[in-house]
Amino acid sequence: MPEITMLEAIRQAMFEEMDRDPAVVAIGEDIGVYGGAFKATEGLLARFGHERVIETPISESAIVGAACGMSYLGLRPVAEMQFIDFIACAFNQVTNMVAKSHYRYGAPVPMVVRGPSGGGVHGGPFHSANPEMYFVHTPGLKVVYPSTAYDAKGLLKSAIRDNNPVLFFEHKFLYRRIKEEVPASDYTVPLGKAVVRREGRHITIVSYAAMAHVAMEGARLLAKEGIEPEVIDLRTLLPLDRETILDSVKKTNRLLVVHEDTRTGGIAGEIAAIVCEEAFGYLDAPISRVTALDTPVPYSPPLEERFLPNAEKVVAAARELAKY
Amino acid sequence: MPNEKMTAAPGGALTTAQHLDLYYYMQLNRRLEDRLVTLFRQNKIVGGVYSSLGQEGVSIGSSYALEPRDWLAPMIRNIGALLVKGFKPRDIFTQHMAKFTSPTQGKDGTSHFGDLKVRHVVSPISMLGDLIPVMTGVAMAGRYLGQNIVAMTWIGDGGSSTGVFHEGMNFAATQRAPFVLIVENNQWAYSTPVGRQVPIKNLADRAVAYGVRSTIVDGNDVLAVYTASKAAVDDCRAGRGPVLIEVKTMRMKGHAQHDPAEYVPKAMMDFWKQQDPIARYEKFLTENKLWDAAKKSEIDARIDRELDADQKFAEESPLPPPELAEQGVYCDGCHTIEAEWRRPKKEVMPPASSEEAVWKVADFGAFKASAHPVAVPAPGVAPASVPDAASPDIEPDGAGPAKEVPLRVPFGRGPKDRSVELERRDKAAERPQHPPRHHQNKPHKRRRR
Repeated sequence: MPEITMLEAIRQAMFEEMDRDPAVVAIGEDIGVYGGAFKATEGLLARFGHERVIETPISESAIVGAACGMSYLGLRPVAEMQFIDFIACAFNQVTNMVAKSHYRYGAPVPMVVRGPSGGGVHGGPFHSANPEMYFVHTPGLKVVYPSTAYDAKGLLKSAIRDNNPVLFFEHKFLYRRIKEEVPASDYTVPLGKAVVRREGRHITIVSYAAMAHVAMEGARLLAKEGIEPEVIDLRTLLPLDRETILDSVKKTNRLLVVHEDTRTGGIAGEIAAIVCEEAFGYLDAPISRVTALDTPVPYSPPLEERFLPNAEKVVAAARELAKY
Repeated sequence: MPNEKMTAAPGGALTTAQHLDLYYYMQLNRRLEDRLVTLFRQNKIVGGVYSSLGQEGVSIGSSYALEPRDWLAPMIRNIGALLVKGFKPRDIFTQHMAKFTSPTQGKDGTSHFGDLKVRHVVSPISMLGDLIPVMTGVAMAGRYLGQNIVAMTWIGDGGSSTGVFHEGMNFAATQRAPFVLIVENNQWAYSTPVGRQVPIKNLADRAVAYGVRSTIVDGNDVLAVYTASKAAVDDCRAGRGPVLIEVKTMRMKGHAQHDPAEYVPKAMMDFWKQQDPIARYEKFLTENKLWDAAKKSEIDARIDRELDADQKFAEESPLPPPELAEQGVYCDGCHTIEAEWRRPKKEVMPPASSEEAVWKVADFGAFKASAHPVAVPAPGVAPASVPDAASPDIEPDGAGPAKEVPLRVPFGRGPKDRSVELERRDKAAERPQHPPRHHQNKPHKRRRR
């Protein structure tokens, strides 16, 4: 098996799905001749042509709206936001048109909106966002946020084949920084299933996307101190895999949630509520969070470093929990 | 506003039965809404009632131009279009009364329902303009699948101010999508008159800027609306790209039942009362001997019979069980999603689909004003089926009534039709030539005021 980047894994998923099913089409800005701002769709146009690789004006509402209309006729469009920050421009289409369609009148919308998200690359306030929680708060959507190349490919395939609208977040910091062996054969990773990345017994660290790697790094440091954390990578935020989280907390009795999203209204709060409701009696310590600051994502490196969680912050928070 | 110029010749291609169909649907639309008003006053309607009184000719005339395979998405005042597409009065009654037997089982109200499989109707959302890109996508998918369909939706004068109107029209135009937009200018966006929303007289003028062909019709003349819509639909089906039709009409009630619309000048209301689309069409049918009093009574009796039965059905229907609230957020295999291919799939698969990934850019560096927009064949449409979009004399297929309403062809330098420009040039040429005056070389004297 060859080692490939997460970006290449995403590109492969697009190729393979478009090869497998002529109902799959790609739509977005600069995705054809140019191959996309991050080259995630490079080569698609040459292989599948302009009918299936639809290059659009700078019109995010039109992109999502048109993808919705296409899906009504049984196509499975994959819409690209050049940066996921720009999904804000299509907010109404996503939350009102697309998300409510099946509930309101039984009209499924089998489409994907994917795009590069996340910080750590000095992109500034409009090219670094993690807007996933706007959509986790929207019934009718599924929200996926992978952390590895293997998962990215398998989850994107599942997202394309799903009968519901899926928002697929691709952390751009991970695009070319992580490499792993990925099968060339067809495989999928199921939506809505978290994975235990590291087994442990003293504390549960729940995370996703780039922060899953930070959590793993923190866990390695903690292990040297004799604290053995269990690390859970959520992979899908909506629907949330409550079982995996609860099972782990019942074993470790301590919970730390790490996310790159801002603190207030981040998924840590939701997870904390679930654990309090379902497993309060198992907790030996308060639930703790390591998150980004409640600010926009700042541009200058020292500012962004201050803004983002890192392994040291994870270790510090875990040490506090271990005192109980 | 209605005048002879805007009124197209009666739809000569329609049979007598079709002429009576138009009457049936308009009258059904009106009497159905009359009953909704009564039910509202009886507190039997859960939400609002958004009257289309006076606008029935728009909904009926435009949707009647579609074929069963075509798609539409109504707006709040297009219940008539839903009736033409085959939905029954009971669907409208139950929707408004939030009954379990309604098409949405009580999950949504009013005209907010649809049917993807049989009637090809997309449900609207309350946010205005979003259906324009959605129906563009429907049109594009239909073309991709080889279905040769046309997609249609409506927007009000108010909704034409939204950002997504612009995104949608521009995208439909760049894609040359088989998409018809009916801009229903009913003079009022809730309480704001159209003159305070836009600084232009005709909303159709905006089509020029998108490179989209357009026409303006008298919305209270159902045949004019039908004729213009039929021409637009035929044109779209022939692969000539989207068309915008502005219909001039008038909202004869408030925004919804709660709104007495006291802000509407009485003289304006009185003027439009004289333009009632049903009264005008009845007169037309009588003058052209397409019916007699007996036929009218027969149709009216049929309408009342159908409404009686369906209203009874709705009133006797149960409200939904509370636990339904929790169901149906996601499709968990309850729907089988399969596209209906009307062309060989291998056409869109490699190697047939493969092409050289390069842009071909014509006319770069040329800044001389072009009288024509660049006609770019849309992806997926064989260039042979795409005639020059800028050709001012578009001939619809066959000798239909469409000839009576030539589309306003967009052209590159503003909202003037090419014919206007040519006419002006001709007139200038006819004017007697004055000998050159000799004051040009004299210094200008400043006039005292």
